[in-house]
Amino acid sequence: MDEYIVLMRLDLITKEKQPTPDQLKVYMEHYQEWVNGIIAQDKFVGGTGLDAKGKVIKPGGVITDGPFAEIKESLAGFVIIRAGSLDEAVEMAKGNPILNGEGNSVEVRRINGQH
Amino acid sequence: MDSTEIIPQLFRTEYRKIVAVLCKHFGFDQMEIAEDITSDAFLTAAETWGQKGIPPNPTAWLYTVAANRAKNYLKRGRVFNTKLAPQLRRSASAGEPEDIEVEFSPQNINDSQLRMMFAISHPAIPPEAQIGLSLRILCGFGIDEIAEAFLTNKEVINKRLFRAKEKIREAGVSLDLPGPTEIDARLSSVLTTIYLLFNEGYYSASDNRSLRKELCFEAIRLCQMLIENEPTNTSEANALLALMCFHASRLDARLDANGAIVLYEEQDVSLWNSDLVSKGGYFLNRAASGARLSKYHLEAGIAFWNTQKEDTKEKWGQILQFYNLLLQLEYSPMAALNRTYAYSKVHGKEGAIREALLLGLSNNRFYYALLGDLYTGVDDERALLNLSEALALARTPAERATLQKRIDGLVKKE
Repeated sequence: MDEYIVLMRLDLITKEKQPTPDQLKVYMEHYQEWVNGIIAQDKFVGGTGLDAKGKVIKPGGVITDGPFAEIKESLAGFVIIRAGSLDEAVEMAKGNPILNGEGNSVEVRRINGQH
Repeated sequence: MDSTEIIPQLFRTEYRKIVAVLCKHFGFDQMEIAEDITSDAFLTAAETWGQKGIPPNPTAWLYTVAANRAKNYLKRGRVFNTKLAPQLRRSASAGEPEDIEVEFSPQNINDSQLRMMFAISHPAIPPEAQIGLSLRILCGFGIDEIAEAFLTNKEVINKRLFRAKEKIREAGVSLDLPGPTEIDARLSSVLTTIYLLFNEGYYSASDNRSLRKELCFEAIRLCQMLIENEPTNTSEANALLALMCFHASRLDARLDANGAIVLYEEQDVSLWNSDLVSKGGYFLNRAASGARLSKYHLEAGIAFWNTQKEDTKEKWGQILQFYNLLLQLEYSPMAALNRTYAYSKVHGKEGAIREALLLGLSNNRFYYALLGDLYTGVDDERALLNLSEALALARTPAERATLQKRIDGLVKKE
């Protein structure tokens, strides 16, 4: 079993694309259910959502707002799961409910433990 | 009441107290001496009371005999000089052996039993030995009763207890109460031991109903002792007590006259003990004061909802949430299976089957029993296959009977 990180990307800037509080509640419930299903398989290692606000630091001490000033796919959160192979990890990640949203994506990468 | 009736009763309630008090004097590693003196006091009682009749205060009589025997033993001195003297000198009350007072005040009995509970639950002692020692030393069970509870023979239990006592000496476990910095960690093993004891009674393979029930109530009694003592009256201890009260409320309903398990759905609600349910509610409220949500809190929450027979959306939604949190705290296959059952109650069987298949707990009989249940009415053929798989893995006659009944029900339907 290896650990895989599941990066969740979605559009956090386009105003029309943001969910209403009621929608958000439903999305979060679906998301929690997906996480709980992984926990029940004893394959959940950890993870968290990320604030929409942030800073990006570039060479020369240039600091800008956002990580997502120009792109429509911002990192919204991540989870780390245990899986026997990349295929299996992808299979688990497929159930992530953010994939119900147009334009969203989930990226799966094996954690190789090296810097 | 004659002496043949009163002595077994006193043995159950007083043996543990006398052993605990004597152990506090002799040291935890001299447990056999404490046990010998205590057994001897009971033997003397049986002989004397049989001839002269029962004394006005039988308990005090036993205490006095035990105290005198203990003093004589100490005076005889061989072991005293070599082994016990250094230990006794440490305590201020002890001087010459003549001055030693073996005190059976309620306060000292409580204190001794509390120390005993912490010592027996010491992490150095293996869990199985902890339960055995608890039953013997904390609950005053006879060796044959312990053997029956474990479905084994007296020799095995005697060997197990002997090894446990060896471990105690090897690890140098003392009867000192842990200090404030240690108490949380040590209390957590005490709670685990109590919980094991309770489960031994609740899920025991033995079909001796009254014995199983007594085991459960002994666990409740020990937990209550913790709650009556300020430093151990923690939110976790209260949650564990609530959990045990809720479960114990169904003790009379979950076994039929032949000792077979009556499934929850088929239980006669009028046999549920409402006093224990409200007692559980009281301690669950007190448990809510703590900042930490322990597994006992979550299990008590689930156990509370199980005391509500009616299937409501709220009930199953809450139970599902508690299982989710429980799994986050500590994964266990049993919790994962129970979560899936709750999931089926909230989201329907088909979704739950998907979730269940992902658990992949092959070789687990409860896994197949759950799948059998979930497939029933969705795909009866698969339900049968899974129930048969569970039957092949079943470990007790009661389990086999329950599964066979479900299989027969399905076959009849077809």
